[in-house]
Amino acid sequence: MEKRGSGFGSGRFWAVTGLLFAALLSALVINLAVGTVRLSLSEIAALIKNGADASTQSMILFNVRMPRMLLAAILGGALAVSGFLLQSFFRNPIAGPFVLGISSGAKMIVGLTMIFLSGVVALDPAALVAAAFLGSLLITALVLLFSQKVQNMELLLVVGIMVGYICSAVTDAAIAFASEQDIVNLKYWSMGTFSGKGWDQVVTAAAVCLPAVLLSWLLSKPMGAYALGEGYAKSMGVAVKPFRLALILLSSLLSACVTALAGPVSFVGIAVPHITRRLLKSSRPALVIPAAFLAGAVFCVFSDLIARTVFAPTELNIGTVTSVFGAPVVIWMMIDRRRRGA
Amino acid sequence: MSFFETSGLAVGYNGKTLIRDIDLALERGGILTLIGPNGSGKSTILKTIARQLAAIRGVVAVEGRDIAAMSAKELARRQAVVLTDRIRPELATAREIVSLGRYPYTNAVGRMTPEDRRIVARSLELVNAADLAQRDYMTLSDGQKQRVILARALAQQPDLLVLDEPTAYLDVKHKAELLSLLRELAENEGLTVIMSLHEIDLAAKASDLLLCVKGETAAAFGPPEQVLRECPAEALFGLEKGSYNAALGSIELEKPVGEPQVFVIGGAGAGIPVYRRLQRGRVPFAAGILFENDVDAYVAGSLASKLILSPAFEPVTEELFTEARGVMLACGSVIDAGAPRGTLNEANARLALLAAERGILNE
Repeated sequence: MEKRGSGFGSGRFWAVTGLLFAALLSALVINLAVGTVRLSLSEIAALIKNGADASTQSMILFNVRMPRMLLAAILGGALAVSGFLLQSFFRNPIAGPFVLGISSGAKMIVGLTMIFLSGVVALDPAALVAAAFLGSLLITALVLLFSQKVQNMELLLVVGIMVGYICSAVTDAAIAFASEQDIVNLKYWSMGTFSGKGWDQVVTAAAVCLPAVLLSWLLSKPMGAYALGEGYAKSMGVAVKPFRLALILLSSLLSACVTALAGPVSFVGIAVPHITRRLLKSSRPALVIPAAFLAGAVFCVFSDLIARTVFAPTELNIGTVTSVFGAPVVIWMMIDRRRRGA
Repeated sequence: MSFFETSGLAVGYNGKTLIRDIDLALERGGILTLIGPNGSGKSTILKTIARQLAAIRGVVAVEGRDIAAMSAKELARRQAVVLTDRIRPELATAREIVSLGRYPYTNAVGRMTPEDRRIVARSLELVNAADLAQRDYMTLSDGQKQRVILARALAQQPDLLVLDEPTAYLDVKHKAELLSLLRELAENEGLTVIMSLHEIDLAAKASDLLLCVKGETAAAFGPPEQVLRECPAEALFGLEKGSYNAALGSIELEKPVGEPQVFVIGGAGAGIPVYRRLQRGRVPFAAGILFENDVDAYVAGSLASKLILSPAFEPVTEELFTEARGVMLACGSVIDAGAPRGTLNEANARLALLAAERGILNE
């Protein structure tokens, strides 16, 4: 009999996570080395060994590349997990924070905060995360309202995309009232980038995302049962309402954190969980969540590498790169699902 | 006290009562089937029994314990369900689906112990699906899927199994297999089963008790024979274009109306294909001479516009022969279905001979 493993005990999970971990490590090292100023491996090793000093190379390594790369890794992983949570919630692998308009909602509230509250409150990373969380929840609530009316997932996606456009329109309209300086900040932020990020952002991202991912993993058991539908979940003892609320809150928090700290980053939330499931040959949340976090980190660290090196010294938006790689995966996935009659 | 009981149960949605005064009692290892037309509220009753829906009034009790007072975990360990919702899990093997049934027994992160794995394997064996364990669920046939879904429910080690239309997507072979399986589980494992079925004939065959659901109260509850007598299928389903034969458990289409145009000489089942052909051609016909206990008599009773019936185990009387001759000659056309002739029904041979002489016998 063919042995098709999918448990922790079967080698597949460890092989996939091991591979992803190796990919992440090499991505991190390449990221530290490559750029306008090239650093060799021995230089990096020496710099890390001696600690930060006043040299340009040390500045680049510790204050530019290292926080940027860590941020890309944490937020990429967060985005993938956020997408997976939404997919579990809607029981549909095409759901994601970007296509459902949730990222745009976060962007709108962050934009409005930057424009109208810039003089009122201190816009530190934590405040931006809070604003983005508010925006995410607002749009999620709206999408949920629609989802009760339309059972058809394709229709729900159209609604999500439209809501996304409305949010963008509101953001654009608000820019008309913004001061010159705010516009520059907003434009820069809304393009989506990991560049110019410091340790502040890394600490905020880690403090929000890592506990949220851990909590998500602890929801693996009810998530697995919920995949069979609400009726079956209930019959096995899942407290459906609090569970659904927890899923939505965690998913919104994760995608809000990404949007607040790096701007809108598209398609990672759909493409990465899909690839991960395929690699694992399983949809079991307990396996997919850690693997998707790693895969999201790899995907974003590599995307960021491409964004800052391909047309150097000009930098691309991170969203541009993730779209180029992520959107085809989504198209492939939809065609594949149609073909399998799912 | 029975193993399963409801008393004064009223069910419905949003506080609006759909069906009230449902009083049921079922012993351990018994099978209770809900029958009734679509939209009659069978699913509503089942959902209430499974606590997916709150009872509007009254109590559902398992072993004397009100299910409303049970914790989610206790309920899940006592009761499992098979729903009509078609599940579409991605990249999940049959074993993974069945493993989900261990939910109320595993720890906070769902770790499977060797004991859990053993129960999953046994659940798959009970439904004869051990060979499907490694298969991707979505690649299974409808019959296989239903067995895996049943195994998932069994993995919960329930005392009570609630199934909503478990035969809905299945062909005849798989319907029969599933119901036989449920009977085996009831007998060998002491599993108590409450389900709804569309097929009234199968319901009567597979169940110890029937509940006939129609209108605002449960119309009849009891052993199948009694329920089908009190609550005839024609009335239950509002069957106007046909009839239901409880003894054969079969549904016949509408009887052709009008004066009989063809006389069919039948018996011993030979008449049935002829009756059906005439029914399809919408030709009213007379059937004779049949003994009360002949299978032809059951079908002709539903389809023939005139039926010449003779008491069982007695020779055909001369009066009855004369009556049959009159009807036959009035028809002006005769079909001999080719039933065997014996000493008791030599009257039929005389009828055929007469028809041949008159030139009204069709070949």
